[in-house]
Amino acid sequence: MDLRPDPDDEAFRDGLRTWLTDALATLPPPPARDDWPARRAYDTAWQRRLHDAGYAGLGWPREHGGQDRPPGQQLIFWEECTRAGAPYVGVNFVGLLHAGPTLIAEGTAPQQAAHLPRILAGDEVWCQGFSEPEAGSDLAALRTRARRHGDRYVVRGHKIWCSFAQVADYCELLVRTDPDAPKHRGLTWLILPMDRPGITIRPIRTVLGTSEFCELFLDDVEVPVENRVGAENDGWRVTQVTLAHERGTAFVSELVDARRLARTLARRVGDDDLRRELGRVAAELDACWALTKRTVTQAALGRTGAPAMVMKLAYSEARQRLGELSLRILGDDALEVSPIVEERLRTLALPIAAGTSQIQRNIIAERLLGLPREPR
Amino acid sequence: MRLEPTDDQEALVASLRTLLARGLPMERVRAGFDRAMHDQLAAAGVFSLRADGFGWADAALVFEELGRALVPGPIVWTHLAHGLPGVPQGVPVGGTERAAPGTLIPAFGEALLLLGPDGVAVAPAAAVRAEPVPRPLDPLTPVVRLEAIERADPVGDAALAAELRRGGALLVAATCVGIAAACQDLAVAHAQAREQFGRPVGSFQAVKHLCADMAVRTECARAATWAAACTLDGGGDDPQRAVSAAKVTAGRAAVANGRAALQVHGGMGFTWEVDVHLYLRRAWVLDRVFGTVDEHAAAVGAALAGP
Repeated sequence: MDLRPDPDDEAFRDGLRTWLTDALATLPPPPARDDWPARRAYDTAWQRRLHDAGYAGLGWPREHGGQDRPPGQQLIFWEECTRAGAPYVGVNFVGLLHAGPTLIAEGTAPQQAAHLPRILAGDEVWCQGFSEPEAGSDLAALRTRARRHGDRYVVRGHKIWCSFAQVADYCELLVRTDPDAPKHRGLTWLILPMDRPGITIRPIRTVLGTSEFCELFLDDVEVPVENRVGAENDGWRVTQVTLAHERGTAFVSELVDARRLARTLARRVGDDDLRRELGRVAAELDACWALTKRTVTQAALGRTGAPAMVMKLAYSEARQRLGELSLRILGDDALEVSPIVEERLRTLALPIAAGTSQIQRNIIAERLLGLPREPR
Repeated sequence: MRLEPTDDQEALVASLRTLLARGLPMERVRAGFDRAMHDQLAAAGVFSLRADGFGWADAALVFEELGRALVPGPIVWTHLAHGLPGVPQGVPVGGTERAAPGTLIPAFGEALLLLGPDGVAVAPAAAVRAEPVPRPLDPLTPVVRLEAIERADPVGDAALAAELRRGGALLVAATCVGIAAACQDLAVAHAQAREQFGRPVGSFQAVKHLCADMAVRTECARAATWAAACTLDGGGDDPQRAVSAAKVTAGRAAVANGRAALQVHGGMGFTWEVDVHLYLRRAWVLDRVFGTVDEHAAAVGAALAGP
């Protein structure tokens, strides 16, 4: 175990800091919260600048246009970008962190060539079409049906919680191709072009008052068979590849932000009891940061284990405690939606999205601790 | 950056674990600390570890194992006292940060280190008047009520006191990680074996989630403690903050996992026979040394507002 700075990593950090200082000096002001075309333009323009500077796809292999940087430098990248106040990954999230890695692992050469360079360059935006109104925690129960007609699938169904669907070019779509097979074995992963006839998008207004999520109605939408990723009916396994990332290093930006919020709150707190509670939550966030370093180390060693499995639950629960505490520290100032209150509202989603805390506990209990499985 | 044991460290942990399983099984641990146990631990290198060329990270891994095995006695203090000029060597040595008459402190062996704000002193056992209490909270940690310290010789200045306090908090945090992990293992084993309503109780979500939360606390505490140890080895810029974060998360994990493990055991958890209560009592005892969870949390809170 050794946390002394590595010269290569620190050189990477120094270069990135210098570049960020210059790049952020010429950054235009961010668009309005609910102006989705403007948000797409803003987020993809930033992605293009990262790409041109050699900071896109840090963890992706070189043959797919990536930088093949070690996980430690990926951690430094998110850490420094967040510290410097660089734009978030935003509408590029699904492409860079879900669909891209899935295509790298499971896509055909033509699929990889068609999408990966464009995702890295900010030319292509993806959304996710996994959950359905009747398939949330029980994702494998999804009912959106794809029937094979020659060289096409015809898709009919209803998806929900599709982030950025209103401005996406493609959707990573999970469909049922064999209704007679056991539920995990009849699913297929498709690349759905969002300009196909038969797609209706309906935004969902969240507790923030904005519409980052949409519903997707698919009315006999045709998808070419060559858009299938992995084998027919093997979509559940392909999906596990997609989701593996979220249990890994996905929380670096969140953690940097949360620790910064803790420092901001510390400057406002006057009461000793509240300051001690804040210290306690800050210690938990420090532990999450250390957990991230363990996860990253294990990833570099090609291992996966307990740290990656507990990361999401640990962070999202600690973040709830910080959020509640932030309102208590604000006092009467909490009665207006300031940026800190906005953060409290936003983070209500953390213990729900990408596997609720309750599902996370089931997974930890069964896969890490070896307790008997739930019926499913 | 590497926050994961090296192959050498894995081997160190594995050999110590084997040694403890053979030499200090639970029935031996339950018989309590004595000079023979001290000698066993000394022979294993537990006290001389850092003088032998190992770092704080190695020491943290070792104390995690000692915590897991519930090894009693003033082992953290004896480790800290190793090589300190003027302090008896090769014998169990205890210590305290509070020396006012009437204070309850764990029993201390051949000498008592006094850790004050301005420096470190040592009192030979013969110079300390203290009365054992009849029912110590942890039956394996005898406790005395201090009456008077008749003589104490200076050992070092405030800088040494701060260094010992930091090292002690780290090693207690590591011990707490071991306690948290042991409680988790006991609870999981029981949840797999114990059947009610015709199936293992570990198949019920209510029990499963108790166990999952234990795993989260153990892993967070372990990561924070390892990071703090690496920071003391020169790998970070704020050792005090790192150690406080470790003491807070590990101290809470040990107590919370002790309570959760007791709950998972049901009625058996309330018996003297099942080991869980001994781990929980030790966790409570360890909160009192080298700064409580509350004190370290307050320190982190105060440091947050700094530059």
